[in-house]
Amino acid sequence: MLNALMSYLGSNVTPGEANNQLWALIYVLIIFAGVSVAVVAMNWLERKALAHFQVRLGPMRVGPHGLLQPIADAVKLLLKEDIIPAEADKFVFWIAPLIGLLAAFTVYTVVPFGPSQAVSDMNIGILFMLGVSSLAVLGIVMAGWASNSHYPLIGALRSSAQMVSYEVAMGMAVVSAVLMTSLHGTGLYGASSLSDGTGTLSMIGIVQAQQEQQVWFLFKFFPLGLIAFVIFAIAMVAETNRAPFDLPEAESELTAGFHTEYSGLRWSLFMLAEYAAMIAVSSIAVTLWLGGWMRPFPHWLSGSVWDFIFSLFPGLTFLGLAAIAVRGTLRMPKHNYFRVQTIGLGAFALVLGGIGLLLLAIAIGARASSSEAIARAADSMNNIYWFMIKIAVFMYLFIWYRATWPRYRFDQLMKVGWKVMLPISLGVLIVTAIVGVIA
Amino acid sequence: MNPAMTPVATPFFFYLLSGLAILGGLLVITRRNAVHSALALIVTLLAVAGLYLMLYAPFVAGVQIIVYAGGIMVLFLFVIMLVNLERTIRERQFNRIWPVGLVAGCALLALFLGVYAKGKSLFPEQARGLAEGNNTQQIGEMLYGNYMFAFEIASLLLLVAILGAVIMAKKRI
Repeated sequence: MLNALMSYLGSNVTPGEANNQLWALIYVLIIFAGVSVAVVAMNWLERKALAHFQVRLGPMRVGPHGLLQPIADAVKLLLKEDIIPAEADKFVFWIAPLIGLLAAFTVYTVVPFGPSQAVSDMNIGILFMLGVSSLAVLGIVMAGWASNSHYPLIGALRSSAQMVSYEVAMGMAVVSAVLMTSLHGTGLYGASSLSDGTGTLSMIGIVQAQQEQQVWFLFKFFPLGLIAFVIFAIAMVAETNRAPFDLPEAESELTAGFHTEYSGLRWSLFMLAEYAAMIAVSSIAVTLWLGGWMRPFPHWLSGSVWDFIFSLFPGLTFLGLAAIAVRGTLRMPKHNYFRVQTIGLGAFALVLGGIGLLLLAIAIGARASSSEAIARAADSMNNIYWFMIKIAVFMYLFIWYRATWPRYRFDQLMKVGWKVMLPISLGVLIVTAIVGVIA
Repeated sequence: MNPAMTPVATPFFFYLLSGLAILGGLLVITRRNAVHSALALIVTLLAVAGLYLMLYAPFVAGVQIIVYAGGIMVLFLFVIMLVNLERTIRERQFNRIWPVGLVAGCALLALFLGVYAKGKSLFPEQARGLAEGNNTQQIGEMLYGNYMFAFEIASLLLLVAILGAVIMAKKRI
């Protein structure tokens, strides 16, 4: 058993490639737990950030600064009565949230947190991600139909129309990024020819192509990569049904849209699926255009000193979070009622600071000692950190969009999808191909 | 750790996926509710995508999921939801062309039996060792190299079909 556990650690490839089922299972469990925790954190952050955008405080009561609010919510949702409407199609009603959840979590199989930090590297990776995430709409459509009620049905119809429309533009943008993996033309901000000119669909391969060409695809063939990225960034908001494209659950007109009839645990599964899908599409954008796990300027600022400086970032980030928590602790009202909360927030700051110090120790240890294991640990830490920080930027953007923009009207939504995004993405694809051949 | 990849194509998965596909197919034609039929069809399509994977054709499997399960079936469901289901449930499920169906079914069964009987001589003894890694490139070269003309004709046909649909649907061109 121990032997089987240790057998993978020295290897340099994903568990899927090493054909190590045990480690693949461990990776799956880690990712599942990590994504679930991220969803909980995102839930808290969204409520807090939205509140601050609107000059409110947001959740403040449950735990210091409402930190325990998501847990309280989860407990509430678990204990709530699970209602299935009498006229609903019971089987479909029951299975719909599960399909959405399954689709949202299955895509993480190929998300590359690092060159070997993925469950598996498929040679159709990006195709797999798009395909499985396009299945998520089935869950929404089934939920809307099975509820046997007007608002959910309208929400489901809107959702299917919207997702099918934006998938096209999204696919075109992705294809133009995939095309770039095979085009080694000098172009603008790109290294000269390196390989035999065959592209790749593998998620790890796409990041490695950016590494070889020494350019994020965001900047390649400027501004073509940028335009494709913007198209994708818009389409991915529509794909995940987030504001300003949240027509399927437009609360001002459709109560709650497709999940109006859902309550308790099943409703929370929909929320979990939505946030997991948000992280998943962000990770596609990061992988395709923002250099995946690579740190900023890996070629311009190369060398072991710069490597070391950038490897301090994870620890410093956690120390910064700890500093914020310490500040919160000091600003707590000095009253007996707040003693528990003050102690709790202080403990939280200690935990964050401990993690930060540990990460700093790993980074310094990798530089000071020549131990193989510590160097590998530092490598994994850096890869995962830079990947996550890029995703975190997108997650914040999702909240920012929601706080800033009013919802689209349905005909406007369709117009933007078919008459603006699709022609532009097609044009970008064609021009990318032409530039790639000429340059 | 054994460096050699164990084959994906184990009989267990083949029987599992084929069984799922057949079960889904049966459910498609026996369910009275059109939405249930469509969902069963999705199961069948996904199982077939799994079979493609076992044949070392990951690209075809991916496209199967994106185009059929994710795209076309969503449109199917979209249309079915707009149709008045109550009337269709009251109507007879099978129409009166079952003799034709019987003949076609028997012919297909005969074909399968024939292939089964002469299988050894029809197919090579061993599966060809197709490289899984560059499956996508091979398909690309086939489509845009060897079979360029057929591919373009097919896309032209689709374009004509789209135009026809638009003209039929629009009141005022």
